[in-house]
Amino acid sequence: MRAIVYIRLKAEVLDPQGQAIENALKNLGENNINNIRQGKLIEMDIEAKNKDEAEEKIEKITKSLLANTVIEEYSIEIS
Amino acid sequence: MNVTIIRFPGTNCDLDTANAVKKVLGIIPKIISCKDDKIPKSDLIIIPGGFSYGDYLRSGAIAAREPIMDDLELRGNQGVYIIGICNGFQILTERKLLPGSLLKNSSLKFISKNVELKINRNDTFFTSKYQTDEVVNIPIAHHDGNFFADQDTLNSIEDNNQVALRYLNPINGSLNNIAGLYNKNLNILGLMPHPERAVDIKTGTNDGSRIFESALNFYST
Repeated sequence: MRAIVYIRLKAEVLDPQGQAIENALKNLGENNINNIRQGKLIEMDIEAKNKDEAEEKIEKITKSLLANTVIEEYSIEIS
Repeated sequence: MNVTIIRFPGTNCDLDTANAVKKVLGIIPKIISCKDDKIPKSDLIIIPGGFSYGDYLRSGAIAAREPIMDDLELRGNQGVYIIGICNGFQILTERKLLPGSLLKNSSLKFISKNVELKINRNDTFFTSKYQTDEVVNIPIAHHDGNFFADQDTLNSIEDNNQVALRYLNPINGSLNNIAGLYNKNLNILGLMPHPERAVDIKTGTNDGSRIFESALNFYST
């Protein structure tokens, strides 16, 4: 199975990278794009009996390493 | 007094830190690898600055999960004194030995300069040689030093008087201008400024040396 973990900064955390991207787009004349937030995507193969087991495992590794829940939130997609 | 410095792949302030300990305390510290099984008997453990594991994933994230950090956490819980400098501070927050987290500087710039800092309290192992509210000059050199914690955590840090030092002027976006803080038991200190780079007046300031002197003071009195 293939798992994708999407990690993004919590809404209340300032994202200067997102702001810098937004400023660059404004410089390119894209004035209708606002509130850019940059996150990250981590994908992996996982061996598991079923989707539930895979999800449980991915949740565990996300909490223990992939995301820092002090500043980030995440969502998991398994296919 | 036994001082141990832990080196991770990408650590680059280990020798500066060892030199500072030697110069200020007259003690030759042990530098150990993060791949060692155990931390030797230590009165003070220092995690120096650098870019452990290339800052991959998040600054300090990979180093914080090294097996040797289990031993560090155990020592910390036993009351052994620990300092994390710069990347060491990031590693300690990633390990949850200190609250909050260090985000990218709000300016998105790597900032390397001497800054003025205010010592918040002088009744700890690390600061007895300073005065409370004393302003000192110590260099910073970081990209991810913007201290963040949610409101409840920030309130608890302030209520428990866990702030070690603050930037005199806002510089990187840190909440409450926090530049360094303690755990609740005051035996673990994390700070973004580099005291090991401020131990000789020839480099412009020696205001960092008193952190090490304070530690020695504790053991010699």
